[in-house]
Amino acid sequence: MSVRTFAAIDVGSFELSMKIFEFTAKNSMREIDCIRQRLDLGSDTYANGKISKEKLDELCRALREFSGIMRAYKVDAYKAYGTSAVRETENFTIVQDQVEQRTGIKVEILSNSEQRFLNYKAIALKGEIFRRIIEEKTAIVDIGGGSIQLSLFDNDTLVSTQNLRLGVLRLQEHLNHLNAKRAQVANLIDEMASAQLSTYKKLYLKDRVIQNIIIVDDYISPWAVKKLGRDGQPMTDTKEFEGLLETLKNKSSSEISIAMDIPEEKVPLVLISALLTKRIAELMGAEKIWAPGVTLCDGIAYEYAEKMKLFKGEHDFEKDITACAVNISKRYQGSRKRAETLEKITTTIYDSMKRVHGLGRRERLYLQIAAILHDCGKYISMVNIGETSYNIIMSTEIIGLSHLEREIVANVVRFNHSPFLYYGQIQAGRSTLDKESYLIVAKLTAILRLANSLDRSHKQKLGSIKAALRENQLILTVDTLEDITLEKGFFEWRADFFQEVFSVTPVLKQRKNF
Amino acid sequence: MAEKEFTNPKYYVNRELSWILFDHRVLNEARDKSIPLFERLKFLSITASNLDEFFMIRVASLKDMVNAGYQKKDIAGMTPEKQLAALNTAIHDLVDLQYSTFSRSLLPLLEQNGLHLIRHHEQLTKEEADYIDHYFEDNVYPVLTPMAVDSSRPFPLIRNKTLNIGAMVRKKGTKEELEFATVQVPGVLNRVVELPSQGSARKIILLEEIIERNIQRLFLNYEIICSNPYRIMRNADLTIEEDEAADLLKEIEKQLKKRQWGQAIRLEVEAGMDKRMLKLLKKELHMEEENIYEIDGPLDLTVLMKIYGLEGYGHLKAPKYEPKQVPELPSGCDIFEKIREGDILLHHPYQTFTPVVDFIRQAAKDPEVLAIKQTLYRVSGHSPIIAALAQAAENGKQVTVLVELKARFDEENNIVWARMLEKAGCHVIYGLVGLKTHSKITLVVRREEDGIRRYVHLGTGNYNDATAKLYTDIGLFTCAEMVGEDATAVFNMLSGYSEPLLWNKLSLAPLWLKDKFLYLIEREKKYALEGRPARIIAKMNSLCDRDIIAALYEASAAGVKIDLIVRGICCLRVGIPGVSENITVRSIVGNFLEHSRIFYFENNEHYEIYCGSADWMPRNLERRVEILFPVDRRECKEELLHILECQLRDNVKASVLQADGSYEKVDKRGKQRFNSQEAFCLEAAGKEEACKEAPATVTRIFTPETAHE
Repeated sequence: MSVRTFAAIDVGSFELSMKIFEFTAKNSMREIDCIRQRLDLGSDTYANGKISKEKLDELCRALREFSGIMRAYKVDAYKAYGTSAVRETENFTIVQDQVEQRTGIKVEILSNSEQRFLNYKAIALKGEIFRRIIEEKTAIVDIGGGSIQLSLFDNDTLVSTQNLRLGVLRLQEHLNHLNAKRAQVANLIDEMASAQLSTYKKLYLKDRVIQNIIIVDDYISPWAVKKLGRDGQPMTDTKEFEGLLETLKNKSSSEISIAMDIPEEKVPLVLISALLTKRIAELMGAEKIWAPGVTLCDGIAYEYAEKMKLFKGEHDFEKDITACAVNISKRYQGSRKRAETLEKITTTIYDSMKRVHGLGRRERLYLQIAAILHDCGKYISMVNIGETSYNIIMSTEIIGLSHLEREIVANVVRFNHSPFLYYGQIQAGRSTLDKESYLIVAKLTAILRLANSLDRSHKQKLGSIKAALRENQLILTVDTLEDITLEKGFFEWRADFFQEVFSVTPVLKQRKNF
Repeated sequence: MAEKEFTNPKYYVNRELSWILFDHRVLNEARDKSIPLFERLKFLSITASNLDEFFMIRVASLKDMVNAGYQKKDIAGMTPEKQLAALNTAIHDLVDLQYSTFSRSLLPLLEQNGLHLIRHHEQLTKEEADYIDHYFEDNVYPVLTPMAVDSSRPFPLIRNKTLNIGAMVRKKGTKEELEFATVQVPGVLNRVVELPSQGSARKIILLEEIIERNIQRLFLNYEIICSNPYRIMRNADLTIEEDEAADLLKEIEKQLKKRQWGQAIRLEVEAGMDKRMLKLLKKELHMEEENIYEIDGPLDLTVLMKIYGLEGYGHLKAPKYEPKQVPELPSGCDIFEKIREGDILLHHPYQTFTPVVDFIRQAAKDPEVLAIKQTLYRVSGHSPIIAALAQAAENGKQVTVLVELKARFDEENNIVWARMLEKAGCHVIYGLVGLKTHSKITLVVRREEDGIRRYVHLGTGNYNDATAKLYTDIGLFTCAEMVGEDATAVFNMLSGYSEPLLWNKLSLAPLWLKDKFLYLIEREKKYALEGRPARIIAKMNSLCDRDIIAALYEASAAGVKIDLIVRGICCLRVGIPGVSENITVRSIVGNFLEHSRIFYFENNEHYEIYCGSADWMPRNLERRVEILFPVDRRECKEELLHILECQLRDNVKASVLQADGSYEKVDKRGKQRFNSQEAFCLEAAGKEEACKEAPATVTRIFTPETAHE
């Protein structure tokens, strides 16, 4: 394999950073350069909703330099992502265009759930340590400028993830507004965080006890890495951590800066991040804290490597996404059994139709999630399941899915119940789906509807199901002794839409094996 | 003993006074009868130029403090006034010794060896006088600018460090008051003029004598009453010397008006100068008595360097040393390939500096090289390095050069070639705000089959091919991944980007270096307290950081054996009971200027050796960008340890610091004479010889040149 070089750029709220990676052999990913520059876009955006001209100029100047560095390394590809501060900029489209015109670098936006997912992938890159830690009950606390993300692990799988608007820069903004004195900071942070955190505990944490906390941030992580090293002994005792905070309590910024070996300008942010960590550790009852010092850039590179098939991690991230979906379904009292049946039928059909639908692995994942969440709306209304399901999915974050992907899933679930809308009709509504995504929705809807009809009675009558594509017929053979009259009826009714989408006629055959 | 006690001022020596002792040690070389005569002239000349620089920088700084009413005491508890007072006595003594050395030892010896310096033009023979007058007419007269002072004209600006001839004159035919007239001895002319002579004996005369003899011709309408040379030193250093506390700057700003820019701080006059003229100069230049130096001999002894440069007299000079080849890097080899085989240590000037230049030259041409980054501090006039960097940029490589403009006295020189690099397409960084970049590091990024590989050169000396022949320095070539990563991070920081989360191998001042040293010293202390072997050997140019010295005292008190090889200033005292009994300090002043910094720590029998650009001085550790690097390869570590051990064995060029603060040459009785610099010369020659002997493979295959240079 030839050497590939890749640049990952993170246009963050507080800092602009670029990492250069090199992929030599399979599964060998090496960071060869890391360039970071302080650039506070967050305070502009959080206060005014816009990036000021000065900051934009500075951003462009820095990106031009980055582009020079990329040229020097002869990088094969790059990816530049903006996070919270850029995402919340009202004039993003204009900023994006200007930046591209002036620097040649296209900055794309990461949705919160994608961003957190990339951070999460970056942690998983740590391999063995990560595996060992998530064997116990673990939470990832991802502290950003605008918000924080709390993700819980159980049995080495992600079970829930929630975003709280308690970002470090945002809190700092509030503190500035309140003209808070240093002595008050700890209390104010506590108060601001408490309301949201206790709701979080009630809804998601319940009485789960979490043993380990993994911190991802740009504030205390650098310090932790400096203190504990990148590898070696990674965990800090919560008690030790609290002890440290205690000793810093009455120190001046410059004293803290010296004691922690960090730039003085970062001291207030480090303190906020540390206080949040402490508060969350208390809430969860965590004993140990691990700050692996990973950054978004690592995640961006991981994603690129996966896509280019340069790298295959050990952790199954799709399992995390479906596990998250299962937990959402559980929250709305969806039937686990039925979801499983539906997932099995849909994927069977999907896999047999590969030649016809021409979709890939990612779309298969959407279908799985749609199957898992197919009836979440009934928690709110038994009548209007399509619309309510759509709304629930659209307002629930599913880690690892972008906004667009979530909209695809939500629409598939919606049209499973409600009448299908054609492109013109859907465009007239609130949707932002492009044509390509719309076609995915249509195809996945057809499959889900067909599968749904096969379990109409919700009794999981079908033992096993086989699917085979014969010319323009899809033969579905089911093994069951039960009466499937109801299913057959619905099946034929649903077959029309399936035929319309794929020009393939589904045929249901029952095999009775006595 | 309480920790605080170790910082007690009584355990420290004032750095200026310690510097004077250093100049004395150089002067001792000039007084050493075993050294060839012309080398002795050179050493005496060096003491003079050293002292000039010391005046302009250090004494000027102290004057500023006194003028500003700054009262802060130094490391040894002395106020600026007290320091100045002590310095005055010390400098007068030093100057007396310089001139007695010159007149009593060196001049007679020159005479014996057939070189006669005509001290006064009155001693010229008729023929010689004629020759001189012609010489004056043809060469000197056209470039002179005589100036007379009267009530209508202000006292002229006498330029810093220039040699001048003053005269008291009176309008011809009048009984008017005496006036002052002056003329600068032009710097563009050689100050040493050789007279035509028969036979083997040669005669020389100094330019000022020639002018003095003809001074009447400059002031035709005046009667010359008397004339004498004089020279002034000004407080011309417009920036406050960086070693002083930052609060001093504020103080100065506040009191800006009190400060007299360009104030004269030293006046040197020929002994026996006319009293009226001396009084006038003293008044016009606002000189205090103690800053006037009446000198019996030629002013400005740096002229001796010119005498050293006279043709002939080879038998009175030390044989010229040619730096030897580095066995690991034969000329014409592929340097990158050799570095891949293992780290390579260079010991200059015993070994040649050429591989360092070749490293950059090869990188400039190598199609696989992506980037070259380098810090440049003091570079020689026609530096081959600059040319290679420019060529690399023209070849499309990313070339980043940090040019330190704050290098003392070199500013103009630096700007010229920095512009040249920019023109060639290099990215030039002109230093960092508030910090001097003193580190010496070069990074070459190369794209190889198995990915990016970084080649790094780290050194203790500047990238200056001229000084590399005179200064002893250490260089290291490595392509170790960890060092490469750090080097990349160093240049990112120098380009204004944030610091990396972690450093693998390198330690950087001003942020981390001092802590690293304190940690290493502390570690030895810990081992000593545990009863394990504990030892520190450190070689540097100057030692005057209070925190480091206090740490050394603590370590010594705990039983760590500490041997310091400090060429110049040393504020540490030895032999204080309970404080520094385990510390020895020696200074080596030899033909080559000791410049390398090497630090050895026993580390419980797993010794570590570091090299770097930093001395243990506050300015190095706090206000400069410096790099300390560990040397890891076993062979290189052994070599460095060997260097330190040889210097500790030196009993010819080494002076040892005594408990009373003086330095004394090592007692050689009963010992074999050992001169470490000589030994290194022989070793380098031996190594070169050894690799030459390895028979080259004889081949009948011609190698075509594939690239046109």
